[in-house]
Amino acid sequence: MKIYLKCIVLGISALFLSCNNANNEKEIDDETENVSEETSLNENFSDMSIYNLPSKWTTQDGNEIKLGDLQGKVLVMVMIYTSCQAACPRLVADMRNIEKQIPNNKKADVRYVFVSIDPNTDTPERLKTFAKENKMEDDKWIFLRGTVDDTREFAAVLAVNYKQISPMDFSHSNIISVFNQKGELFHQQEGLGIDNKETVKAIESLATENKKK
Amino acid sequence: MVKVGKGEYIPLYGRDSSKIKVASFLLDTVPVTKTDFLKFISNNPKWQKKNIKGIFADKHYLKDWKNKLYSGEANQPVTNISWFAAKAYCECQDKRLPTLDEWEYAAMADKTKADARKKKDYNQFILDWYERPKKSSQIVGSTFKNYWGVYDLHGLVWEWTADFNSVLISSESRNGGKNNNLFCSAAAVGATDLMNYAAFMRYAFRSSLKGNYNINNLGFRCAKDLKKK
Repeated sequence: MKIYLKCIVLGISALFLSCNNANNEKEIDDETENVSEETSLNENFSDMSIYNLPSKWTTQDGNEIKLGDLQGKVLVMVMIYTSCQAACPRLVADMRNIEKQIPNNKKADVRYVFVSIDPNTDTPERLKTFAKENKMEDDKWIFLRGTVDDTREFAAVLAVNYKQISPMDFSHSNIISVFNQKGELFHQQEGLGIDNKETVKAIESLATENKKK
Repeated sequence: MVKVGKGEYIPLYGRDSSKIKVASFLLDTVPVTKTDFLKFISNNPKWQKKNIKGIFADKHYLKDWKNKLYSGEANQPVTNISWFAAKAYCECQDKRLPTLDEWEYAAMADKTKADARKKKDYNQFILDWYERPKKSSQIVGSTFKNYWGVYDLHGLVWEWTADFNSVLISSESRNGGKNNNLFCSAAAVGATDLMNYAAFMRYAFRSSLKGNYNINNLGFRCAKDLKKK
């Protein structure tokens, strides 16, 4: 019986390479409840950290990153698309406004991340141009493009809803999210052009002072 | 899996209320069962109840399971499953979750017609089911086989779709308070007939979900693109 089961399992493993790795076979073999071994699969990101997302993203400079690469910074994130005429320019303005209000000695600890909900249109080149146009060219401004599926997944994490309503346009939730240095959601601001005070306060409370001055 | 043939339909909340084209695709004939899911988590420990990250599933994940031991029947649909887990399961089979449009399109069929939405007994069946208290004992394949050869789209459990988070009933209605009550009743009144009412229930339900939610009567099935010849 056990051999029979093993055959099935191995058969499955061979078929579904994408989600099975060497560790799994071991797990099946002895059926032990070895927690420490299993948790090591999940890396050491905390329970609610967005760094757990396995997705890869391309920046406006063409670099490939995982969200985990941003670990250690306060992240202010928003989902936009560059051909957007209505809400996005205001969201971009909101992000700029927020950045302005962060005290100089804390600025270095914060990254502002724009994730495109229109990855088919928003190539890295296009994101780069968009960054230039908006004078968001130094390191703290990050523009990301992923696959359609990974973008959908990221939106699910942020609880941002969006839908393509015509070839050119999307309707979407207007949400700015603040994550702490461990990648855990700390604060969300919903709506356009609203008072940023709470968001700024949230970022200030998280960001550490730059000792160099 | 069976092939669901291409076609078009007007969804409840469409792109400018125009017709949506749905390309042919493959769809699981029944929802994913508890046995199916057990196999998956045995191979993929990070999706086991004791290892799951909170960002991917809240504490209700596989609520009635004792880690790798489910309660109930092997052939019951797996529920209390988050969108992330459902998505991971399908990807593991080299499949994907159906899109909202694909799901709604396949679910328009009754036993004999691809689009039965204007038939009274079709709508009555769905609404009767929505009214019934949850029957957890039902096994997959126990409802009718539809025009495409797909079972259980209505009458068993609600199902995740890939883009469940594409539903925007009002532009931003989650602030609570003033809008919420208004739009609920307003939309129901605005629904022109029973057909829209049933669809409205599904859209409203989807819009209330978050990706890491786990719900008693919410399961899933997988879809797949047809191979290009």
